[in-house]
Formats: sequence, structure tokens, C-alpha cells
Amino acid sequence: MTTTAPAPPITVAPSAGRINPPPGRWRGAGAPYLFLAPAIVLFTAFLAAPIGYTIYLSFRASKVSGLGLGLNARREVWAGLANYRQALGDPDFLASVRRVGLYGLILVPTMMGLALLFALLLDSKRTRAKSFTRIAIFLPYAVPAVIASLLWGFLYLPDVSPFVYLLQKAGINSPDILSSGGIIFAVANIALWGGTGFNMIVLYTSLKTIPADLSEAAMIDGASEVQIALRIKIPMVMPSLVMTFIFSMIATLQVFAEPNTLKPLTNTISSTWTPLMKVYRDAFIRNDIYSAAATSVIIALATIALSFGLLKFVGRRAFNQESGR
Amino acid sequence: MTTTQAHSGADPDTGVRRIRRSSPLATAALLIGAAYCLVPVLWVVVASTKSASELFSSFTFAPSSHLFGNIHDLSAYRGGLYWRWMANTLLYAGGGALLSTVVSAMAGFALAKYTFPGKNIAFNLMLAGVLVPGVILAIPQYFLLAKVGMTNSYLSVLLPSIISPYGIYLARIFAAASVPDEVLESARAEGANDARLFFDIALPMMRTGLVTVFLFQFVGIWNNYMLPYIMLGDDRLLPITVGLSGLLNQGASQPAMYTSVITGALLSILPLIALFLGLQRFWQVDLSAGAVKG
Repeated sequence: MTTTAPAPPITVAPSAGRINPPPGRWRGAGAPYLFLAPAIVLFTAFLAAPIGYTIYLSFRASKVSGLGLGLNARREVWAGLANYRQALGDPDFLASVRRVGLYGLILVPTMMGLALLFALLLDSKRTRAKSFTRIAIFLPYAVPAVIASLLWGFLYLPDVSPFVYLLQKAGINSPDILSSGGIIFAVANIALWGGTGFNMIVLYTSLKTIPADLSEAAMIDGASEVQIALRIKIPMVMPSLVMTFIFSMIATLQVFAEPNTLKPLTNTISSTWTPLMKVYRDAFIRNDIYSAAATSVIIALATIALSFGLLKFVGRRAFNQESGR
Repeated sequence: MTTTQAHSGADPDTGVRRIRRSSPLATAALLIGAAYCLVPVLWVVVASTKSASELFSSFTFAPSSHLFGNIHDLSAYRGGLYWRWMANTLLYAGGGALLSTVVSAMAGFALAKYTFPGKNIAFNLMLAGVLVPGVILAIPQYFLLAKVGMTNSYLSVLLPSIISPYGIYLARIFAAASVPDEVLESARAEGANDARLFFDIALPMMRTGLVTVFLFQFVGIWNNYMLPYIMLGDDRLLPITVGLSGLLNQGASQPAMYTSVITGALLSILPLIALFLGLQRFWQVDLSAGAVKG
């Protein structure tokens, strides 16, 4: 990018970053709207309208009158908060929330910890085989969650699994990872496998922006690599760490593809195993789109509340440099 | 190197050189991570060479000789349905990402380089859109498209994939950073209209950043399982991910299907891995700054 831009990318005055078309040039005045038009049309049709429609549906209910026969037997009526009350009191939903909470507690800290560790090791001057390991660890990001679940699903099957085979050869009775006790780890492992590399790359990119003389000065003063990592590098990549953490958390709340793919391989995954699976079941198997809509809104609100809450909690410290500009 | 000797505490014999020496333990940690990430990929390569009976009887990592037979069986499945899924995936992920990049680039350019009434509203809406959980949208998108009779069609998966608030946000940053105002002003002074400014001048300058937007969108669409899973009923319209998970479902009752699932999984990730390795220099993502270093 720097090769194409002869001028420094940062403009001095905030107004210098825009073109003010000369008066009387109507083309310039309409152009930005034309450039934005496709985005605005698509945004309205596929983001704003679905959100609005979900919120609307979440306050509606289907009412059956008479015997439930005839054209007007089913009517849609205003339901107030009934769908929300029902969703929040539904034991299946609460169980799925607890499950995803536990799943997130297992997955997110492990994934972020490993991503940070690998990023620091790649940034360290004391490691070898960097480009090979960087690519290898990032590679699973290219494999979609469904295919990843499929591969791991087979690796979990006792008849196929090399791990079970090796344990048996060693005379150890291996635990069944697809059993009800192990399944949450089985799903978390797939997400860990797919997500660590991406987070590692984000953190590694962020580490590379730290001026080299900073660590070199610390090194000359006798700081060890671990000290440099803890005192200089980690604080400086804190904004990236927070962002990747939030993105991982959002993805966790919406887990769907992995358990849905593993489902045919085991009977320990129910159709309401995660909140989103329950939304799917309510909408398409039970044909109760009103309850599905209310549950969707609850999940979306929880996601946004968690993201903002976390940003507010760590924000002031982590983003000090940015807000100062 | 010699400067370190002047500092107290530094061993004159080693100094900086001691720190630059490689640590086997640290390298081993990286290699273990790499091995963990490569095992399933190596497994699928080996497993797709096995016949259906060998899959459950021979040692997992012992290769066999049935790869071409498996590919043949997979290709024969319902008149080459698998290859149709491949073509569909290319259309959804490739076509969708391309259109998404163009739409994002245009919007990003407008937001970065023009002043106009409503600009802040448009930008803040896009920013809010970044936070909306995308997967949650799939179900209401289905019900809205069902109302206009558009579900179970290519467009029902393609159109929702084109709009990407994050892509617009990234494109705006690239436009601001890589297209100098002076160039646009002098082009305008020479009589270039806004379309020329964008297509002939700004677009080539934003190229590096737009490759990243494209890759993001490509992986995003390729990974979005729920949208096609919900939208499509006709299995000739499916992308590879939904198609293969359907095959896996069948495998539960006829395990011979598993070989096709495994071979199909291998063939579907190979092009992706190639694309990935070829373009990996574009994957340097700085989420917090929203910028990407090219």
C-alpha cells in the first residue's frame, strides 16, 4: 500500500480528507449517493428489514379460532411479551444457554491463550521454522466449520480414530469423546482447531507493528524475552486482544455448524443443543416462528450486551492510545 | 553487539547474541501446534485412499490404493451431483465475494472521500451492522424471501452474501489510506467525472486492500453454513458444505457413503488450501486498527 501512495496516508486536517466539489457541479453532489446506493439497498433488504421483521414477529402469536379449520382459522395476533416470557422460562433454552456458557468457558480462554502464545513465539527471535508453523497453524481457517466437524467427527469415531487405536495398543481403555461427558470438549476442540490460527495472525500482525527498538532497548537493559512479552508486547497488543476476544465470544454464542454436523455421528447432541439450534428447530420443525423470533432477539441482545459490556470494562485502559488521537 | 558490553549486567561474552540464540523448547511448542493443525488434513488425505471396508479395519494412517476409485464413485453419485455442488460453491463464494468487494469498495470510497448530507448516518449504520450477529439474520431472511417467493434459488443465497458492513468499513479505511486527495483533485481538474475517478484511479490504488476484503468475504460465505442450509431445498443448488453434511447424514444408515464423504471433503478443501497458500501474504489483519498491512 505504501508503494502506491506518494503522500503520507494520514491527513493533517480532518477536512483535508474529502473532496469538496466546486459549486454548480451537480454530478459531484449526486455521486456519493450513487456509489452508496447498492450498499444501502442491500443493507435495507437483508439487514435492516430482517431485524425489524424478527422484532415484529417476536411480539406476535398465532391464534387458532374455532376448530382450527378453514381459511381464517389461524390468525396472527399481538402477543406482547408472552413469547419472551415463554422463551426465558423454557428449560430447553436455559439448558442450551448453560451448555454454550460452559462451552465458551472451555473454548475462548484456551483459544486466545494459544493464539497469543503462538503469536509471541512467532515474534520471538529465539524460534525456528517460523514460516512453516505460521502457515500450518493458520491453515485450518481455510477449512469451513462443516468440513472441519466432518474430519474431526471421523477422528472421534472409535472404529476410525488413531487416538483410540494407539491407546488400545498401549492397553488403555480410551474414554469415548462422543459420550455425553466428552461431547462438549469434542465440539470445543473443532472450534479451537479452526479459530486459533486466525486469532494468532491478528495478534502477530499487531505484534509486528511494535517498534523494534523498544524491545531491543529492553533487551540491552537485561530484560528476558518473557519479561519483554509480559511488560511490553502484551500491553501493546491489548486492543487487538480485546477485539479478537469479543469476536470469538460472538462466534461462540452462535455455534451451530459444528454440533449440527456431528449430530448424525452421536446421539448425545439434541436438537436444542445450542441456542441457535433451538431457534432452528422452533422455526422449521415446530413451525413456531414467533417463539423462534423472540429467542433470536434474546440471543442478539445478549451478544450485543456482552460485546459492549466487555468493551466498556476493558475499553478505557485498552484503547487509551486510540481515543487520545 | 559491542554496545551491550558497556551496560552493566550484560555478559560480555554473550550479550545480545545470547538472546538471539534459538530455544528448542519454544520451537517445539510451535511445531506441536503445527502438528495439531495438520493431523486432520493428513488424515483426510490418507483416508480418501481407502475403500469403505478398509476405513474401519485398517490402521488410520495406513494409506491404500483406492483414491481414484473413490473419486470415480463420488463423481458417479447421482449423475455428478458433487461437481455441481463444487460449481455452486464457486458461484456463491467466488461470485458473492467479488460482488461484495465491488459494493464495499464503492461505498467505502464514497464514505472516505466525499462530504455529503447523511454521511454520518450511513457510516454509523454500517458500523452498527458490524456488530449484528450475522447467523441470526438467516432465519428472518428466509421468511422475508419466502414472502416474495425467492427462497430455494441461487439468488436467495447470493444476495444476502453481498452486503457486508465489515467489508465496507475496511474499504473505507483502505480508500482513506491509499487514495491521495491530490491525485483525485488533479484528475477532476482535467475533466474526469466521478465514475472515472473511482474505476480508473481509486480502484487500482485500493487493489491490495480489496484483495483482503475479497478473501474475508470469500471465507465468510464459504463458512456460512446456516444460510444455504435454511434457504435451499433443492439439493442441486447446494454448496459443498451443506451437500456433504447431507451425505454424512445418509452415511449413518449406509456406512459405504462415508468414503464418498471423506473423498468429497478432501477435494473440496484442496483448492482452498492452494488459494490460501498463494495469497497468504494478504492475510495480515489488524482488527483493532481496522487496517490491513499489505
